[in-house]
Amino acid sequence: MRVLLQNLTKKFPNRNKKEKEDVIAVNDFTFEIPDGKLVGLLGPSGCGKSTTLNLISGLLKPTSGKIFFGDDDVTNLPPENRGIGLVFQNYALYPHLTVRQNIIFPLQNLKGKNKLSKDQMNQKALEIAKLVQLDGLMDRKPNELSGGQQQRVAIARALVKIPRVLLLDEPLSNLDARLRLQTREEIRRIQRETGITTVFVTHDQDEAMSISDIIVVMKDGVVQQIGAPQEVYDNPSNLFVAKFLGTPPISIFTGSIKAGRLYIGNDNVCSVDIPDTAKVDVGIRPEGFILKEDGPLACKLDRVEVMGRDISVVSQHEAAQTTHIRSIISSDNKVDFGASQVRFSIKPNKLLIFDADTGNRITCNLQ
Amino acid sequence: MERDNKKAWLYLLPAILFIGVFMIYPLIDVFIYSFEEGYNSASQSDFGTGTFNFQYVLRDPYFLQALKNTFILVIITVPMSTLIALFISLGLSSIKPLRHLYQTVYFLPYVTNTLAVGIVFMILFKKTAYSDGMVNLLINWFGGESVDFIDGPYWAKMFVLCFYTIWVVMPFKILILTSALASVKEDYYNAAKIDGTPKWRVFTKITIPMISPMLFYLIITGFIGAFKAYSDSVALFGTNLNAAGMNTIVGYIYDMLYGDGGGYPSYASAAAIILFVIILTITCINLLVSRKHVHYS
Repeated sequence: MRVLLQNLTKKFPNRNKKEKEDVIAVNDFTFEIPDGKLVGLLGPSGCGKSTTLNLISGLLKPTSGKIFFGDDDVTNLPPENRGIGLVFQNYALYPHLTVRQNIIFPLQNLKGKNKLSKDQMNQKALEIAKLVQLDGLMDRKPNELSGGQQQRVAIARALVKIPRVLLLDEPLSNLDARLRLQTREEIRRIQRETGITTVFVTHDQDEAMSISDIIVVMKDGVVQQIGAPQEVYDNPSNLFVAKFLGTPPISIFTGSIKAGRLYIGNDNVCSVDIPDTAKVDVGIRPEGFILKEDGPLACKLDRVEVMGRDISVVSQHEAAQTTHIRSIISSDNKVDFGASQVRFSIKPNKLLIFDADTGNRITCNLQ
Repeated sequence: MERDNKKAWLYLLPAILFIGVFMIYPLIDVFIYSFEEGYNSASQSDFGTGTFNFQYVLRDPYFLQALKNTFILVIITVPMSTLIALFISLGLSSIKPLRHLYQTVYFLPYVTNTLAVGIVFMILFKKTAYSDGMVNLLINWFGGESVDFIDGPYWAKMFVLCFYTIWVVMPFKILILTSALASVKEDYYNAAKIDGTPKWRVFTKITIPMISPMLFYLIITGFIGAFKAYSDSVALFGTNLNAAGMNTIVGYIYDMLYGDGGGYPSYASAAAIILFVIILTITCINLLVSRKHVHYS
């Protein structure tokens, strides 16, 4: 099911009654989710991603804007008539019901011609349980299950009515690191097998990047960028997106452009085709550094961390906006651990230039 | 290890002594008295042991009246007060404006003295030379005949007693239930909403099971409290409850000990043991029922 959000805005009255201004949780969000895709809403906490999800689910009413499922305008439909499945952050499994009863619960609400017999309900519950690989645990209570299993029960309960859209609110945040990896694969697999358009919310960029077809990066209620994960990573539209995506994070320097050359501090890094600018922000991805004896960027070596496959070089530069810059280089390189200085040359496609005032990306050709 | 044990006992000693002297010993004593015929606490003498006290008490029309009154009171007030409290709490938790005001109003009876409330009820229900009481005025206004609720027919007096008891026990129940309802996470309701669960089903399948431990607690304590009712009856009908026909088991025990016809600790003990057995039985039944229907998370 294609989902269309049109100029979606949600304002909440300000908690602080002295301030009359409303808090804008989601600001003018327009986005079309293509049918059958897995979309990750990504952003720091308080950026409006959960609010967006709740607007799609119908638990919240938008202040303005419209929501379409396919061609149906569902903006004013209550949640139960939208045909959605929602998985809550803490799963919200009914603790007094067994796994089977939890999964059947939505089916028992069906009325009229949709009403199912007991056998049909059990049959459907079993099918879904098999899909999420829970079929051996049907008679357990939620508190007798692990976090990952509870998560799958929640997904099964959301899927049992075959929703048009599946919504997941921070689906992995309550799981430990290993289970998180496993469960996100699981979510991907279930989404592929069912082909249901899925939107999930996360503050963890790894999570979003690894399984989404499309990611939406949000900040302060405003969409920053929408695109395929790799594309957003390679071509962030502004400094916020560049900083938010990627681990280790991108290193930011203060630079300038003089006569077609980009300077970081006093280091003449490369040629660039933009007019002279006194101040720009320069971001370099950790994998964009190449260890080179006569490289243009001279840094004070702090320490070297060996991680097996890669080496992480931590160094300092006077023009850097962070105290440390971290670069990832292949462990084939021989690093002189004792040296006081390292020199890098920079991969042009890993170097990003941003307007120092607005933070917007300045696209250019680098040599 | 051994020394630690001794220390633990040492710490427990004050409590054990206190409980032993003021609870365990009297309990055993009551049990012994109940089997001693005609025990006299002044001369510390009796006429022998046996079940005579129980036979006497169980044949005493005053005790049977008290037993009947207590059972009617329990059967009517426990479910009624719990149900009404549940619906009031549901109402309270679903309204936003003036919620605290309502909560305070509903809680007032709890902090008001039983006897003071009794006087208010007298004014509401009692027939005097000057007035028939507020309630009778209302009944008259609707075209009914005045009823004497305090000195009149049995059902009228029982009605007042039940009404009064429900009114007195309700605030505590409302307090417990509103906090129990508030502790049910919003997510459960949202999950149910998304699945299009009808309101009644949300109530019976989600709300009730979620607050069932608290409901159960209220029912158990409600039963025990109602079986031990006494002061309510005194507040409404005065101290001569046998004459009013409104005595309760605890009232009977009190009368046997200190009342006008009192001075019979053996009969009082036997009645107390009977009350104990009744409460024990009811509580056991409650526990058995709860095992299936109460969900502790």
